[in-house]
Amino acid sequence: MRPNDRRYTQTHEWAKLEGDNVVVGITDFAVQALSNGNVDDLVYCDLPEAGRAVEAGQTFGEIESVKAVSDLNAPVTGEVADVNAAIEDHLEVLSKDPWGAGWMIKIKPGAKSLDHLMDAAAYEAFLQTQAH
Amino acid sequence: MQTASTAAPKRTPLHDVHVALSAKMVEFGGWYMPVQYGPILDEVRTVRTTAGLFDLSHMGRVLVRGKDRIAYLDRICTNFVAKIPQDAIRYSLFCKENGMPIDDLLVYKGAEEVFLCVNASNTGVDLAWMRQHTAGFEVTIEDQTDALAMIAIQGQTSTQILQPLVQGLELAKLGYYKFGFGTVCGIANMRVSRTGYTGELGYELYIPRAQVTAVWQAVMQAGEAHGLKPIGLGARDTLRLEAGMPLYGHEIDANHDPLSAGLAFGVSFAPEKGEWIGKSALQAIAAAPQWKLVGITTTGPRVPRQGYGIAINGMVVGEIASGSISPMLNTNIGTAFVPASVDEAHAKVELDIKGKRQEASFCALPFFSRTRK
Repeated sequence: MRPNDRRYTQTHEWAKLEGDNVVVGITDFAVQALSNGNVDDLVYCDLPEAGRAVEAGQTFGEIESVKAVSDLNAPVTGEVADVNAAIEDHLEVLSKDPWGAGWMIKIKPGAKSLDHLMDAAAYEAFLQTQAH
Repeated sequence: MQTASTAAPKRTPLHDVHVALSAKMVEFGGWYMPVQYGPILDEVRTVRTTAGLFDLSHMGRVLVRGKDRIAYLDRICTNFVAKIPQDAIRYSLFCKENGMPIDDLLVYKGAEEVFLCVNASNTGVDLAWMRQHTAGFEVTIEDQTDALAMIAIQGQTSTQILQPLVQGLELAKLGYYKFGFGTVCGIANMRVSRTGYTGELGYELYIPRAQVTAVWQAVMQAGEAHGLKPIGLGARDTLRLEAGMPLYGHEIDANHDPLSAGLAFGVSFAPEKGEWIGKSALQAIAAAPQWKLVGITTTGPRVPRQGYGIAINGMVVGEIASGSISPMLNTNIGTAFVPASVDEAHAKVELDIKGKRQEASFCALPFFSRTRK
């Protein structure tokens, strides 16, 4: 089971309330799908600058693997409060610790609710529907 | 996609072999195909250092017979089929009247028949186009895609691996873009060509569907001591790009003609070839070229991707056709269409990724080839 202290999107981001901010990253499933289990297959991650406005469901950045570029989508609307720029040069962190050190951005949300997102059990069930 | 269909993807006769090897299977050109068995860049390096085995059974295979086969093919092909020596192979395209490609293909000229190998995604369109243009010619067109499977072995150890399994055909004496027939794993009269999509020494084999699994297993076993590995379509795309070879849907398609893509070697305006479909449109393009395909390298983090902009001296005037990480050049590479007037020796070139610029340089094509460079 994935961490139950946060919520999940259908595009495989996670969102976790932390003080006034929502911390955002991507799930182990997303990392596996992008990298096919090969850490070196992740080549680039483009994150926004702090201060940029982001909108729920809209792209806030891109992550790139050997053969594809995927959008990173904001789980909530708000303003980028902090960026984990260190991962841009250390993408292996996403494989090792997607739930902690692999966080991507912190958003200062307009509304401090994650109720529109899936909990861990619902995300698990959602992944089952995606399997085939 | 012009051939988009709701039908389930087809499975090659080697499907279960790929699944057993834990390949990642994806839909490609109407088929389930292995995109990778392991890390893609490792697969690229394997083909560049030892050898790789590919399932290419998704490609279209067409046999053309009948007394008018040469005249007929010279009407629909861009290359000069009558001039191809017997037992040789040439690159060609099918174009529409407007000079835009329907597909590109290899033409195998035999004594009694001509064999064509076309792209998976275009096979249906190609066959329909071919059948539409038979009027006045005594020809028969036989789709052998389902009857015959196709595998390729590519890399410097290919000959060592394959020759012990082949009787009646001396591979070392088979020239580049030549073909012959031999007994492969005891199966008589198999078509073997010295062709490929990697820029390496290698062979492509056409084997009846029911027997290809046994041949695949025998080649894998024979190759074990020579570093042979199965290679997926992901690595194949990088290998062909390093080798400067076009891919339909990237360097050529309904909007990108073969001359702008640098494929003049596959287009013949020889008067003896007569009139052919697309000739006058392509002659007009040849007389006043608007675009050219160039190679670029970029040391920045972003990999060139189809559709990214190309800025010349600060202005976005072109577009990436293909891109990849290149293990051979140890940098990111791409092909791009730029105006024919661009002076590569003096122009400053940058990638434009949604407005973000990344430094790039021009690089002669092919980026790498053991067969051509």
